[in-house]
Amino acid sequence: MFKLIEDTLLSQAVTLWGVFRKLFVKADTVQYPDEPPYMFPRWRGRIILSRDPDGEERCVACNLCAVACPVDCIALQKTETEDGRWYPEFFRINFSRCIMCGFCEEACPTNAIQLTPDFEMAEYERQDMVWEKEDLLIDGVGKYHDYNFYRVAGKQVAGKDKGEALNEAQPVDVRSLLP
Amino acid sequence: MFSFAVGSALSIASILLVVVALAAMLIWVERRLLGFWQERLGPNRVGWFGILQVVADMIKIFTKEDWVPPFADKFTFVLAPAIIMIVVLMSFAVIPFTPEVGVIDSNVGVLFVLAMASLGAYSVMLGGLSSNNKYALLGSLRAAAQMVSYEVFMGISLLGVVVLSGSFNLREIVETQADGWYILPQCIGFLIFLIAGVAESHRLPFDIPEAEQEICAGYHTEYSGMKFGMFFVGEYLGLVLISSLITVLFFGGWLGPAFLPPIVWFSLKAGVFIAFFILMRAALPRPRYDQLMSYGWLFLLPLSLVNLLITGAVVLGTM
Repeated sequence: MFKLIEDTLLSQAVTLWGVFRKLFVKADTVQYPDEPPYMFPRWRGRIILSRDPDGEERCVACNLCAVACPVDCIALQKTETEDGRWYPEFFRINFSRCIMCGFCEEACPTNAIQLTPDFEMAEYERQDMVWEKEDLLIDGVGKYHDYNFYRVAGKQVAGKDKGEALNEAQPVDVRSLLP
Repeated sequence: MFSFAVGSALSIASILLVVVALAAMLIWVERRLLGFWQERLGPNRVGWFGILQVVADMIKIFTKEDWVPPFADKFTFVLAPAIIMIVVLMSFAVIPFTPEVGVIDSNVGVLFVLAMASLGAYSVMLGGLSSNNKYALLGSLRAAAQMVSYEVFMGISLLGVVVLSGSFNLREIVETQADGWYILPQCIGFLIFLIAGVAESHRLPFDIPEAEQEICAGYHTEYSGMKFGMFFVGEYLGLVLISSLITVLFFGGWLGPAFLPPIVWFSLKAGVFIAFFILMRAALPRPRYDQLMSYGWLFLLPLSLVNLLITGAVVLGTM
């Protein structure tokens, strides 16, 4: 008899009370467009191309990002300035293919390509999902404030000869016998 | 003619308007309360706290295609949703809202409500049958069995109140509760009537005739547009009716301390029960079909008979 009362009345009453208490619990809902959620700085969202502290493009068109990309959404063409710097003639990311995996950012030797916390990328036209270099390039340095590839790399460009980079020793003259 | 009195034109018009508007508003109230009880917000975008959601829903439902399937029995198909609206609105005629507001003072009020509830079963049965759809047929089969069997002890559970008050007139039942509500002597009758009322208005957890997860939408699978809207509003009207009946029969109707007017006491009591019905929807799972039937016939029916027997014995003994 007690089992019957417990099954038919008590357990139902306990459930009802448990649900009723939720009236005084704060709702879990985040009203998204009105209340923007906190986006973590290392969120993998919209891809950008950053510039070095001098304001020059960081990208050296090495193609490593395009090779690393598992969905082949990055296309670029290398070209060179007169003072020997490499840069992409065009740089195109098809965001309708991009899966925001971040492999391109990991592959990039110059910290040029970076993922940002922006994820609101819906478009009405599919063609608008294809972003060109002008769309991707930003004016700032992104996540790496001091990094400048041509200052630290051994690559010779106009105005910076071999051995003149930061923390770089002069090249060894292999023909000399002096120690 | 234009003053509040039982049966006056103003009384009838205001009851009709308020009850139908309230039933429509309940669509929003229910969604909002369900939201709070499920730790979310519910519809809150249209108007002040989402209160105009009803207007948006109405615009949507009126501009939708009102489609009658070619394989349906057209006349019955159109008739079925009208029956539930008419029948439930007719039941409100005998409900005494305050000493002044009411449509009719019938001396068979309790029987009238029960009779109208029985007719309400036709709406669901005909709706499912005329749709010529397997899910709708299953739903209406379930509805017929459920409503017919729960009607039996819905009536018997009320007889305890009738025995105590000595009247079938709902207004007199309220007046005899001036020295004590019937919830105390009739608490078993109240519980049985509550459960039977849920089953009768086929609300969750007893919404077996329209169980979405099992049989699509049950008897109104084929309905769309305003015909579906009438089933929908009819269900909420039934909810208001059952809450009003519980208030009248067990909780003293409009009676209460004099610092609030009678209509406020009535609305407060009925509102608590409407909220309770919505809470049940939020909390309790749906029983299996055969569990519902055996629970009704094997447990609630004997219990209501015992309740009637004890009440009658006590009344006879103290006479």
